[in-house]
Parts: sequence; structure tokens; C-alpha cells
Amino acid sequence: MRYDTVIIGAGMSGLSAGVRLAYYEKKVCILERHTTIGGLNSFYRLRNRNYDVGLHAITNYAKPGTKNGPLSKLLRQLRMTWDDFDLCPQLKSSIVFPGVRMQFTNDFSYFQDQVIHSFPAQADGFLRLLKRIDEHDPLNLDRVAVSAREVVSEYIRDPLLVDMLFCPLMFYGSATPRDMDFSQFVIMFKSIFYEGFGRPFEGIRQILKRLVKHFKSLGGQLRLRAGVQQIRQKDGMATSVVLDDGSEIEADHVLSSAGAAETMRLIDPTASIVRPVAGDISFVESISVLDCEPSALGHQDTIVFYNNAPEFRYERPVDPIDLRSGIICSPNNFDYAQPLEDGRIRITALAEPDYWMNLPAEDYVAEKARWNERIIESAISHLPDFRSHVIDTDVFTPRTIRRFTGHDNGCVYGAPEKFVNGQTSLKNLYLCGTDQGFLGIVGAMLSGITIANRYLLK
Amino acid sequence: MNSEQIRQVIMDILERIAPDEDLSDLDDSRPFREQMELDSMDFLDIVMELRKMYRIQIPEEDYPNLNTMAGTVEYLLPKLKDVPVGT
Repeated sequence: MRYDTVIIGAGMSGLSAGVRLAYYEKKVCILERHTTIGGLNSFYRLRNRNYDVGLHAITNYAKPGTKNGPLSKLLRQLRMTWDDFDLCPQLKSSIVFPGVRMQFTNDFSYFQDQVIHSFPAQADGFLRLLKRIDEHDPLNLDRVAVSAREVVSEYIRDPLLVDMLFCPLMFYGSATPRDMDFSQFVIMFKSIFYEGFGRPFEGIRQILKRLVKHFKSLGGQLRLRAGVQQIRQKDGMATSVVLDDGSEIEADHVLSSAGAAETMRLIDPTASIVRPVAGDISFVESISVLDCEPSALGHQDTIVFYNNAPEFRYERPVDPIDLRSGIICSPNNFDYAQPLEDGRIRITALAEPDYWMNLPAEDYVAEKARWNERIIESAISHLPDFRSHVIDTDVFTPRTIRRFTGHDNGCVYGAPEKFVNGQTSLKNLYLCGTDQGFLGIVGAMLSGITIANRYLLK
Repeated sequence: MNSEQIRQVIMDILERIAPDEDLSDLDDSRPFREQMELDSMDFLDIVMELRKMYRIQIPEEDYPNLNTMAGTVEYLLPKLKDVPVGT
């Protein structure tokens, strides 16, 4: 069997690209090494409970029926409905820094008032920054990278407000430490502050399962436990992929969501060429299952972005985990029609990948437990003490992420250098997903769609 | 197909591409883009849907003919006049 396109990876970007190709009657096969779909946004079952990986919230929220914006564009392109995604809006989220707390909802004017109230001297600059954001076209693919910190500092003089604006945007999508490209800043600012957060009642499995069902109904093939170990090439063209079991699949095009460096290694594991550098921003997450809803303890926030230090440092930490800042997510605190099965508190913090990768197996479990306690301890001033209500715990680390996604360093937001046009050194091999450059769940899906439209539907 | 039948084919495509739009008072002589949220990705989908349904190729230089409903029907009529409805 020869395919028009073989897609490496059944995550959000690969599945979305697959839907587009299958809809237009291309012969397409998605190959996934893992036993289940999802990649960086997946799900699992542990001790009879359902868990999400990755997903805290879906950004770019829009009310069902909205005619413009990324989410609406995405649904149109996939020929899927608002019901397929079943997004419920967030209640309220917070950004908490020493001495200042600002809150935001999916109504941007609320956040604007919070900023002006908390930083009255910056009000004029903030409004001018908004105008700059509105006028910027972040999707111009010929753009030159500009430091977002430099641009934002032209408008906002108070470094505390600059850090507080950057904190959620970096935590939810920056592949680069400390600073980001201004276009990326604009995309993230709109997706989080203008549009906001939502979550399906069933979590990420809702969207993934609908995507797969749709893909298969259109005639697409999905193969699990089918890892690609090599991309064969001839005269600058990819000719076939070789699977872990040694079998070979021929295709006219290959679309890879495995990461830029990881994909180059599939072409030639021994070449001494300078490969793209894999990113190293990764996280540890502490997941606590509670015997009650967090709101019963007085915790109403959907997401809390906190920083306890004088300055916000978004970078690969020196310590195994950076305990100075983090994200607290309660998946219960969305506007659902009925409560979730159990209460959850997830706390996520920056992690040092090498420490977690190199731990001897016999120490790994104990270290996870030890650091889990420390993460909770560092976050506990931002929510009611829930520790006596914990009935189960799970922790994932960069090592977990690498094991299940194949991304070097357990990297979550891809390489610092993006391949926006999706092209590689082989003419018919393309990249989609985090290393192509659209981020977040909606971004990942648009990444697959954009590259499929541009090269694979001709 | 006649003009009216081709118009219905285009309406069906638009409904699939943009299910949240109300197309009941679409003005055939005004550009689609002035009347609905239709970006270049969506526009390309009209072309690809036609290719999928009727195997007709529309070269890029002809895209301006497809800006309005009236223009689209006029452009497609010679290409689809011998094609029966419902194929």
C-alpha cells in the first residue's frame, strides 16, 4: 500500500492534518508509536480514575456560534461542530505576584479594569499597548523576530506589570526562556486575555476521540504501536518510512510532528550536520485528587499563575524544580452543567530536564514524592490548604513526557527556533506541531491544518 | 445542471464550510466576503469542494470569478451544464 501522505504522530496537529487530507480523499495513514493518541495532550487511566496530560485549559475560547477567531476557523476547517468540542468557559483566573493580585475572565474588559485599578500610573501605556496589539499582524510568515519585552517596555514602565502580563503567556506557550517574539506575544495575549479559557467536561479525550472518529469515518487510517525509526530518502526526497518492527511504508509525502531535531535524526542518525536544537523548557506536575470539590474548600479560581520571587524567571531552572513560580489549575472550576467525578488540584512548575532524566530508577519514585510535597508547599499560600483532603496523587516529570511523546528533554513547547513554513531539508518532508510554531491546543490543530493545506492538498 | 441548481450546490458548500452563518438573505451580486466571515482558507475550501464533488480544476487565475454568487454560477455554468444534479 502506497499512501499520498504518511503522518508521524497522532497528536492534535497530526490528527487535524489527517482529517483535512482524508476529507479531500487523500490516502493518508497516521503512525503513532505510543499505545494511545494525543501526544503532548493525552489522557490516561490510573487506579480507576481518568487523567489529562498537558491540558489545563483550552485557550482561544469562543461562545458556540461565534463566526470569527481561531476556534471558529478551526471547526470550519475540520468540518466539526461546537458540540464536538463541548467547551465550557472558565470561572475566573488570577495572576498573583508579591503584593498584587489581578484577575481575568473570558470578558476582556474585566481584566482591563483590573490592570488599570492595580497599576493606575500605567493605565495610559496599557491602553496604547492594546492598540499596538490590535494593529499587529502576527500571522505574517515573513516577519522578523522582535523582542516582546522591548516592545512592551516601551509602553509599560513598571517592571512588575510587565512580568505579570508575561507570566501566563510564557507559562502557556513560550519555547524561549525569559523573552518571546512579539508576534508570539500577540498571539498568546489574544488567546488568553482577549478570548480566554474553556475545557470540555470530559477533558481532552472528548476532542481527541471526536477527531479520531471523524478521521476514520473519512477513510483515514490510524496505526498505534507503530513508531517510525527511519525516514528513507533518495535524491533529496523522502521515499518511505521504516517502522520499529522493520516494516516499510511508502508515501509521496511525509508530515512529521515528532519535532525538528527528532525528525532530522530519523533521516540520518549519524550525520554530523548541525541539527536544529531541541528546546529544554519542561515541567513537573503534581496532581492531587480530593475528596471534595476545590470550591467546597473556598477555592474558586480556574487557574492561578503565581510568582513568589521579586522577579519572574521563566527559564530552565538550576534546581530540579523551580519552586518560586508555578500554575495552579482546578479542572473543576469551569462552568459545567454538572460537577466532575472528583475534585482535582494540579500544580505545575518549571523543571530541570537532565536531573529527572538521569535519576536512577530506584530513586525516581521517592524523588517524585519528595518534590510533590515541596511544590504543594510552595503554592499553598495561594489556595486553601487542601492537603488533608487528598485521596490520590500522581506526578509527571520531563522523563514522563519524553517517554510518551519522544520529545527530547521532555520539551513541551518545542524548539526555540520555529520552522514556520514547515519545510525541511527533504523536499516532500514537512513539519507540523510545536516546532512548526503554532502553540496551544487550538494552535497545534491549526498547525496541522495549515501545513496540510499549503503542501499536501494539491 | 442549470444556474439555479448550481447556485444550490454552492449554497450547500457554504453551509458546510460556514455552518454558523445565516445565508438566507445572501445578495448574489455582492462579494461573499462582505456578507460573511470568509477568509482565504475558507475560500480555498470552496474550490476544493468543487474539485472533490465534480472533479473540476479551477486555476488560481480564475479565482476572482468566484467572489460573488452570481460570478461563481456564471463561471461554473459551462463547466457543469452537462453534469446531472446530485452527482
